[in-house]
Amino acid sequence: MTRAVDPEGRAERFIALEEHEATHDRLVWDMRQHRDQAVAAVPEWEELRELASQIKEHTLTHLDQYLEQFEQNATKLGTQVHWARDAEEHNAVVYDVLHGHGVKSLIKSKSMLQEECGLTPYLQRRGIEVTESDLGERIQQLSNEPPSHIVVPAIHKLRSDVAELFAKELGTDPKNSDPHYLTESMRNNARPRFLKADAGMTGANFAVAETGGFVVCTNEGNADIGASVPPLHIASIGIEKLVPRVRDLAVFIRMLSRSALGAPITQYTSHFHGPRRGGELHVVLVDNKRSERLGSPDFWHVLKCIRCGACMNTCPVYRRGGGLSYGATYSGPIGVILDPGFDLRKYRELPFHSSLCGSCTEVCPVKIDISEQIYTWRRVVIGNGLLTITKRVGMTALGTTLAHPTLFHAAESVGETTLKILPRAVLYNPLNPWGKHREMPTVPRQTFRHWYLENRRKL
Amino acid sequence: MSAREDILTAVRRNVPRPAIPLPDVPSLFPLNQGKREGVLSSFRKQLEVMGGKSFEVADATAARVKITELFAAAKVVCSAVPEVPGTRRIKDVRNPHDLHDVEVGVIRSHLGVAEAGAVWLTQEDLVVNALGVLSQHLVVLLDPAVIVATMHDAYQRISLAASPYGLFMAGPSATGDIEGVIIHGAQGARSLTVLLVANHA
Amino acid sequence: MNVGLFVPCYIDAFFPEVGIATLELLEKLGCSVAYPVDQTCCGQPMANSGCQDDAAGAEAHFVDCFKDFDTVVGPSASCVNHVRYNLDAIDQTPATRKVRTITRELIEFLHDDLKVTAFPWATFQHKVGLHNSCSAVRKLGHVRPSELVYQPHFSKTEDLLKHVQGVEFIEIDRPDDCCGFGGSFCVTDEAVSAKMGYDRVQDFHRHGAEYIASADMSCLLHLKGVIDRLKLPMKVIHLAQIFNGGPL
Repeated sequence: MTRAVDPEGRAERFIALEEHEATHDRLVWDMRQHRDQAVAAVPEWEELRELASQIKEHTLTHLDQYLEQFEQNATKLGTQVHWARDAEEHNAVVYDVLHGHGVKSLIKSKSMLQEECGLTPYLQRRGIEVTESDLGERIQQLSNEPPSHIVVPAIHKLRSDVAELFAKELGTDPKNSDPHYLTESMRNNARPRFLKADAGMTGANFAVAETGGFVVCTNEGNADIGASVPPLHIASIGIEKLVPRVRDLAVFIRMLSRSALGAPITQYTSHFHGPRRGGELHVVLVDNKRSERLGSPDFWHVLKCIRCGACMNTCPVYRRGGGLSYGATYSGPIGVILDPGFDLRKYRELPFHSSLCGSCTEVCPVKIDISEQIYTWRRVVIGNGLLTITKRVGMTALGTTLAHPTLFHAAESVGETTLKILPRAVLYNPLNPWGKHREMPTVPRQTFRHWYLENRRKL
Repeated sequence: MSAREDILTAVRRNVPRPAIPLPDVPSLFPLNQGKREGVLSSFRKQLEVMGGKSFEVADATAARVKITELFAAAKVVCSAVPEVPGTRRIKDVRNPHDLHDVEVGVIRSHLGVAEAGAVWLTQEDLVVNALGVLSQHLVVLLDPAVIVATMHDAYQRISLAASPYGLFMAGPSATGDIEGVIIHGAQGARSLTVLLVANHA
Repeated sequence: MNVGLFVPCYIDAFFPEVGIATLELLEKLGCSVAYPVDQTCCGQPMANSGCQDDAAGAEAHFVDCFKDFDTVVGPSASCVNHVRYNLDAIDQTPATRKVRTITRELIEFLHDDLKVTAFPWATFQHKVGLHNSCSAVRKLGHVRPSELVYQPHFSKTEDLLKHVQGVEFIEIDRPDDCCGFGGSFCVTDEAVSAKMGYDRVQDFHRHGAEYIASADMSCLLHLKGVIDRLKLPMKVIHLAQIFNGGPL
C-alpha cells in the first residue's frame, strides 16, 4: 500500500521555518510580478495566449502525425530516434546507449522528464557518474532532494543553507554565503566535470515536427556545454513537447521566459538539428502516461503545459508551503493536476492542497484550466473511495445535516451552545485546527432564521 | 510490438475529438511601433537588461582595438572571425576540449533580435560550438543592419534545419538559483560584448 | 422585483446581521423579498471537497426551496458560483436548470440588474480595505483579475462602494492574493490557510485599513479570526451592511 504524501504536514513544517517561508514567498511573488511587468510590454499577449493554446490543442489532436513527421525529419538529419513507453524503458534505452559508448561519466542539464523517470539513481546504480550541471539542480542533487520549482529548483533554500551544503560537499568556506562566491565555486567545480564527461544529456522544451529538431532553453548555458563538449548528446523528449512548425515555435519562445521569470527569452535558446560536427545525437521520445492522459476528456489539456512555472509563482499555497510539500517531481498547481495521474494513491491529498483561488488558470500561457482540473481531481479521488484528510472532517455527516432543515437547525443550536459555554482551554485544543492560529467566531444572539420568524413571518 | 508502434497506436486511439485546426500565426507583430532606429536602440537596451554590453565601432580595425582595450590582460583569444586574428584561430582547433583555456572568444553573428537583446550564432559562425560556451568572455560582432524586431521576424529569417546547432544568446550566462540573486557567469560566458560594426565581408 | 432571498448557511448561523442587511437593502431598493424558511445550504462545502454524493441532498433541497422564484439573490460569491457552475450532484431537471440560471449574487444584482447608482441613506466615514473574494474576481467576473494585465480595470464592488458617502479607499500591496479561507481547506490545510490569512490581514493593516469590507462573509470570517487572535485594531464588515446604512 503506497503511503500517501502528506502535503499539509510538509507545508506546516516549512511554514514553521519563518525566515525560509517569508523569503520564499517574497522571491516567488517577485517572479509573478516580473511576469506581470513583462506581459505589460507585450500588447498582443492575450492574442499570443490564444494562439499558443490552439497550437497545442491542434498538435495534441493530431499528435501521431506530428510524432511521425518529427521522427522522419530528425532521422534525415542524422539524429537517432528512440521510443520509450514508460519511465523504466526510458532509463533502459538511455543506459543502453551510454553503455554502448563506454560512458563512465555523464553531465546533464535540467530535465523534468528525466527527474520524472528517476534516471539519475538508475544510472548511478549501474556505475555511471551523473552530475547535474544546472546550479539549482546540483544544489538539490547534493542535498538529496528533488527540485522544489520547475525553473529555480532550490528557491526554498536560504543562501546560508547553500553555504553550509557547499562547505560540506565542495569544501568552500562555510561562513561565506555570498551568492557570487557560491556560484563561482560551483562554476569552478562543474567545469572540469564538463570537460571530462563522456556524454551530455538534456531535456527539450520544444520539438519541431517540421524540421526534426528540438529546442532547449536555459539561463546558464549548461545544456550547450553538455551538447558541445562531450561527443555524445542524448535528449529526453516527452511526446507532448511537439509543435508543428518553426512559425509556431516563435509564439512559445516569446511566452516561456516572460511567464517564468519576466525576461523576454532565456539567456540561451539552443536549437539542435542533427549531430554536431564530430558528435552523435540521440533523442528518446517518451510516453510515460502521456498517451493515457490524451484520452481523458477532463484532463488532456494538461498536456499543453510548456513547463514555465508561472502557476507555481502565483499560487498562494505553493508560496507558503514550498515546493517540497508536494512530494513529487512536479510541484505547484501543475503538479497537483499531473501527479495524481502518475499515482492516484500516493498523491491523493494533492488536489486538496489548494484554496481553489483560480490564479493559476489566469497566468497559464497556454490556457490550461488548471483550477478547474484541481476541482475535478477531487471528485476523482473521492469517487475512487480514497480516504483523504477531508473525508475525515466528516463530509458525510455534514452533507446529511445540511440536506435536512430539522437537522441543520438542531446542529446550529448545539453549535451555538457549545461555542458559548465551552471554556477556552477546551475549545482551543489540538483537535480544533481552526483555533490554532485564529479566534473562533462569536455566537450571535439568534440565527437569521430565528430573527426572520420573530420579526417578519406573517402567520 | 515495438515501443514505437505501441506508443503511436495508443496516441491514435486516444487523440481527443473534435480535432482542432492549426491557427494562422501572423507574420508580424509590432515592436515599439517599429522604426528602423527604434530597432537598434531597443536591441541595445534589451541586451543591457540581459546583462550584456554593446559598443558601436567603425570597422574591423576598430573592433580589434576595442577587444584589446577591453581584454588587455587576456592571453588566449580565440577568434572565429577572419578579420580578428586573436591569439588562436578557431580553424586550427580540432577538439572542443582544446578550448578549455580560452579567455575571450570572438564570433560574428548574422542576426540580432531587438525584443530579446539576442544574437543568433550557428555552428557555421562558431566553427566549434563549444567556443560559445567554454570561453570565459565573448565578443560578438554584429552588423546593425541585420537586427530584426521580434522573434517572429527572426524565425522567419533563419533556416533552422540548415545548421546542427543554432543559439539565440541574450547576454552572458546567468542564474538566480540562490535566493533569486542574479549572477552573471554561471556556467558559460561571464560577459557578452556586442560590437556593432558593418559587415563588409 | 420578486426575489427569493438565499441566506448561506454560515451567515444564518454566525452572521445573521448580514442576512438582515441584505433583506432590508433589497426592500429599500424596491424589491419584494421572500425568504424560504426551510433553506439550509447550497452544497458547496461538500462539493468543493469532491464529495458529490454528500452534496446531493443539500443541492436537491436548495432547488426545491427556490424553484418557484423568478430571481434568487444571495450575498456570497462563492455560493452563487457553486449554484451557477457546479450544482451537478443532482439530475439536471428543468427546475434545477432554472434555479441555476436565476440565482444572482448580491453585488451583480445591485450593479448589473438593478443598476444602483446611489445609497442615499448610507454613510461610512472610514478607511476601507476592499477585499474581493477569489470567486468574485476569477469566477463571477466582478473585478478585473490582476493576472489579466491587458484587461481594463473594472470593479463592481468598488463602483457600488463609491456611492457611499465618506468611504476612503486604501490600496494594498497584493490586491487579489487569496485570503486562505478556501472552504474545508481552512482546517485541512490549517498552517497554509492561517499564514495566508495573516499575510492578507497584515497587508490591510500596514496600509491603515480600519475596516476590511467584502461581499463574501466566508473570507471575512477567516480574516476576523486572524485579526482577533492578533488583537489588531481592525474590523470586518459585509458590503450589504455598508450599503444598507443601518446599525453594524
